[in-house]
Formats: sequence, structure tokens, C-alpha cells
Amino acid sequence: MQVPAPFEYERATTVDHAIGLLERLGSSARLVAGGHSLLPMMKLRLANFEYLIDINPLHEELGYIKTSSDEVRIGALTRHRELLESDALAAAFPIFRDAERVIADPIVRNRGTLGGSLCQADPSEDLSAVCTTLDASCVIRGPGGAERVVSMEDFHVGPYETAVGDDEMLTEIRIPLRPGGGSAYEKVERRAGDWAVVSAGAAVWLAADGTIDDARVGLAAAGPNTTGIPEISAALTGHAPAEELYEQAGAIAARSCDPATDQRGSAEYKRHLANELTRRTLRRAVERARS
Amino acid sequence: MQVTMTVNDVEVTREIEGRLLLVHFLRDTLGLTGTHWGCDTSNCGTCVVWLDGEPVKSCTVLAAMAGGHEVRTVEGLAKGAELDPIQEGFRQCHGLQCGFCTPGMMMTCRALLDKNPDPTDAEIREAISGQICRCTGYSTIIRSVRWASVHEAAAAEKQEEVAQA
Repeated sequence: MQVPAPFEYERATTVDHAIGLLERLGSSARLVAGGHSLLPMMKLRLANFEYLIDINPLHEELGYIKTSSDEVRIGALTRHRELLESDALAAAFPIFRDAERVIADPIVRNRGTLGGSLCQADPSEDLSAVCTTLDASCVIRGPGGAERVVSMEDFHVGPYETAVGDDEMLTEIRIPLRPGGGSAYEKVERRAGDWAVVSAGAAVWLAADGTIDDARVGLAAAGPNTTGIPEISAALTGHAPAEELYEQAGAIAARSCDPATDQRGSAEYKRHLANELTRRTLRRAVERARS
Repeated sequence: MQVTMTVNDVEVTREIEGRLLLVHFLRDTLGLTGTHWGCDTSNCGTCVVWLDGEPVKSCTVLAAMAGGHEVRTVEGLAKGAELDPIQEGFRQCHGLQCGFCTPGMMMTCRALLDKNPDPTDAEIREAISGQICRCTGYSTIIRSVRWASVHEAAAAEKQEEVAQA
């Protein structure tokens, strides 16, 4: 039987209450939302905490998708299922629905949250790649209601490590909404619900004359983090979308990623996937931007 | 710590450890062994129960998290002696052999039919994609859900006819 080591269970009633508990309990405490990464790690003693602070009661406060003219704001406790089912989100960023269809399974998606996924900072995690692709920023709240906003690049410090301090909490993800945008996500997995062998996300923004105003690609499971590939953005910007351009971007993706050989595949195969999936997602993102 | 929740419409209060998982609370504390305990890693899905009407893997939910909420297990599917159409479907269409995955499968499939009374085979497959059956090859499970869907639709139609008459 796998059970976590003993800990004290605390239940947060508001965001500020949760932060107050973190302030008092320090690094011996951890927030738990969906729990589908943290609890398995605690069962295996890969993580041990004296206190778990259950933030599921904050879903009413932090479970939302709000769209304005220039931004989409998503509460950190928004669950995978809610991200998958949101038509407003799929209209603004179809990449979310592409990704959510292949994240874990429908039952796990009933529990797991956007904030939990990002805070887990697993280099194979799909929503981190999605948020990187979309140039999202993360709102982190600390004691006294102090808020700071950090980019995805700064949010992910390293594998399983984020910019969130011991007495802070991720509360919201903000994604800029720009005209002429299209996005897509592709994942290769060994079986339904598995982690990615490699995933790729792409987002493009087309100018009025049809040329690429900006483009971003994010990869998961292809290196120690899910940060974007600026070289691809530079190669695509200013050009008219074309098959040769996607090939060029795929080659850059394969060259710039840093996958490791493991039970999911060889480094060589993963580079091949990074290349192929980058091309496919760019192609679809452009189709969507045009429609 | 003390936890109070509603399980199959009955309010229960127990003294528990914070680390107790919902699956063990149901099986060991309450003696509701219909919910099975399998892989421990939220992969196999035999421990699926409902938390406020949504299927969850109870090996990866703390019992404490269910405090103040409503839990439904396979024991809460039948209405007295009358089996739920999902249960009857599994019986009629050989939806199980060894029966280990069955409670989780039925909880997931009941929730599916509540949201989508006439699912396609692909939708049924997607719904149970987080659950493992090693006996049936899944085909008879899908047939069982179709059986329940068809019979529920027929029963609803009959009820409507009676109401109109």
C-alpha cells in the first residue's frame, strides 16, 4: 500500500488565508490542489511535507476564464476539464483544447488544475509548453496581498522548481490576446493518458498582408524545461507562411532542444519528433489564423 | 482530525489521519469494499468514485479533501433491489469477467450517460480511457454502456407515453 508519510491537513478558506498559513508554516508546508502530481510523489517519499494546505475550497475564487479585448485571464484553480470544455478559450486559443484532449485522462482532468500543472514544473508537462508558446505571464501573490507578475521564462527556474516563494502562491495566468492569431498543439504519447514522448505547441500572428507578424514554438519533454525557442520566432517573423519556412523551423527545433534517451524513446527519435511536430503545429496554427 | 462527509446519501463522521486516502477511508473505515483499490498511482481507475457528482480516482484524493462533500460509490448505484441500467447492461452484455475494474468502470459510465445519454463508441472509449480492464478487451464494456443507453431511452419514452395517456 502506498500512502504518504504523516502530515497535518489544513484547509484554506481564502487566498489570503492560504498565504497566511504558508507564512506561518514556511517550507514545511505545501499547497495541494488536484494532488495528482504531489500525492504520488509523497507516496514515493520523493516529496515530504509536515503540512498540506488544501486549496480546493478556493475554486470559487480562483476557478475562472475571463476574456477581455486584449487578454485572457485564467484562475490558477481552473481544472483541466474546465479548460477543455471552455468554448471561449478554444475560440481565443485552440491550442488549449488540442492539449487538454491528450493530458492525462478524463477522470484525472476532473481534478488537476492549471496552477498545479505549472507549479509542478515538470519538463514533460503540456500546459507549461502551452503557456510558454502563448507568452503567458504568471501572477504570484504573497503576504499582505502583494502581487508580482513574471513571464513563463522567469517562472520556471528549473525542473520542478518555480519562482514561487515559500510564502507565495500562483493565483492567475494572463495571456495576451492579439489580432490575427492562430495556435495548435501536438503530442506523441505511447498510450492514452501517458506523458509525452515529445509535444510541441505553436502560435502565429499574421499581419494584415498575410505575413507572419510573430510566431512562437514551445516544446515539452525535449529538455530540462519548456521554454520557447526565440530563434524560430526570429526565422519566421516578416515572412509569408510557407512549407519551406516550417521545415526551417522544424530543423531549428530539433537542433535547439536537448532530449534525453529514456524508456519513452531515444534522444534521436525525440529530435525527429521535435522537428516533425513543430512543422505540423505551425502549419495548423497558420491555417487557423487565416480562418 | 475529524471528517464529515455524505457517502451514498448517508452522513458519516470519523476520526482519521490527515494522510488517509479516500479509497482506504471507504474500504477500511466504512467497510464499503465495492470500491476497489488497484495501482495506487491514478492509472488503473478501479478506485473511481464520485465526488460531488464528478468521477475521481479515490487513490489520489485525501479523505480529508472529501470533508463536507458528497461521495457516491458503486454501492450507491442500485435503487434498492433494482439495478441501475448500467449495472444491468454489464450483466446482460458480459461487461466483466474477473470484475476487478468493474466498480470504477460503472461509476465512470454512469456519469457519462448522465451527461451524454446517447454516446458514440468513440465517446465511450474516451470516457474510460483512464481505466484498465485486462479481461474484456473493452468491447463488451462498450456494448454494456450501449445497452444501458438504449434501455434508458426506451424506458423514458414509455414513461412519456404513459404520461400522455
